[in-house]
Amino acid sequence: MESPVDMLDPLTVAERWMDDGRDVAIATVVETWGSAPRPTGSHLVIDKDGNFHGSVSGGCVEGAVITEALDVIESGEPKMLEFGVADETAWRVGLSCGGRIRVYVERLG
Amino acid sequence: MDPHNLRKLNADRHARRAVVHLTDLADGRDRVVREGDAVAGALGEAIAAAFRSGRSGVAEVDGRSFFLNVHLPPARIVVIGAVHISQALAALARVAGFDLTIVDPRTAFATDERFAGVDLVADWPEDVLKQRPLDAYCALVAVTHDPKIDDFPIRAALEAGCFYVGALGSRKTHARRLERLEAQGVGADALARISAPIGLDIGAASPAEIAVAILAEIIQAFRRRDLRMEAAA
Repeated sequence: MESPVDMLDPLTVAERWMDDGRDVAIATVVETWGSAPRPTGSHLVIDKDGNFHGSVSGGCVEGAVITEALDVIESGEPKMLEFGVADETAWRVGLSCGGRIRVYVERLG
Repeated sequence: MDPHNLRKLNADRHARRAVVHLTDLADGRDRVVREGDAVAGALGEAIAAAFRSGRSGVAEVDGRSFFLNVHLPPARIVVIGAVHISQALAALARVAGFDLTIVDPRTAFATDERFAGVDLVADWPEDVLKQRPLDAYCALVAVTHDPKIDDFPIRAALEAGCFYVGALGSRKTHARRLERLEAQGVGADALARISAPIGLDIGAASPAEIAVAILAEIIQAFRRRDLRMEAAA
């Protein structure tokens, strides 16, 4: 039996999407500084239509990661994204908690 | 990520094997390394350290940047006894993200009606644990009060290095249990690892409250385990 935890597990979801023939990107928190909402190793998985599962922050930067992921699915080139403290003049999105994170976004396959 | 590696990674995680998913951040090439696989040089050392600490992170090796994502098996709670406390514990464990199995040979207790949607095995722990052995990522919760059922899995859990071993019963009941286990050759250090009376002391009274106290104690044992292991290393 697949447990509720498995059904929400981003890497399990990514495999299921891949089996369904969907194009998938995987975003991973690879580094954090200060107070970061999700630990290193956390995943957000995204498909070509912008569907997503998991999280790389508390909802602060997911929108931006999804937008970048669509580019990555298109180009196949991985990207390293960095997000810091929200500053309305410099950043469109940011982490209100005051932390900084680096997120690696790559295409599956 | 290579699709084959994603399948391998998910299969290993579901089989409760500890693995590191390694990505070269310069070119995106990746591989799955199982605990015990030989990897040479400085990269091998970084992987071994990641398994020990359980912490994911970036490692700089020979001028290259690697991301090491450590996947240790999820904590699994094995409950001996399909009692009232176990019903509440099953619901709480699901919310907190723990796998949970209940074992009780007494078929009057172990019914699907009482435990809908729960992984329930109506058989003796001796038989069940042969098929599904305990490991260091398991917590054992013995709550039948019956030495015939509880004693064997408690011993097995201590031998398997389960990160938590808790047993229900008053101080008097527990004193008798310790005498029995000692007579079977279980050492003093192992016996001292048994949490009894079970659960954090929060004044829990009802079965559901006792389940909260047990789960809180399990979380404490799990989350503070890394620190203990580092202190011991």
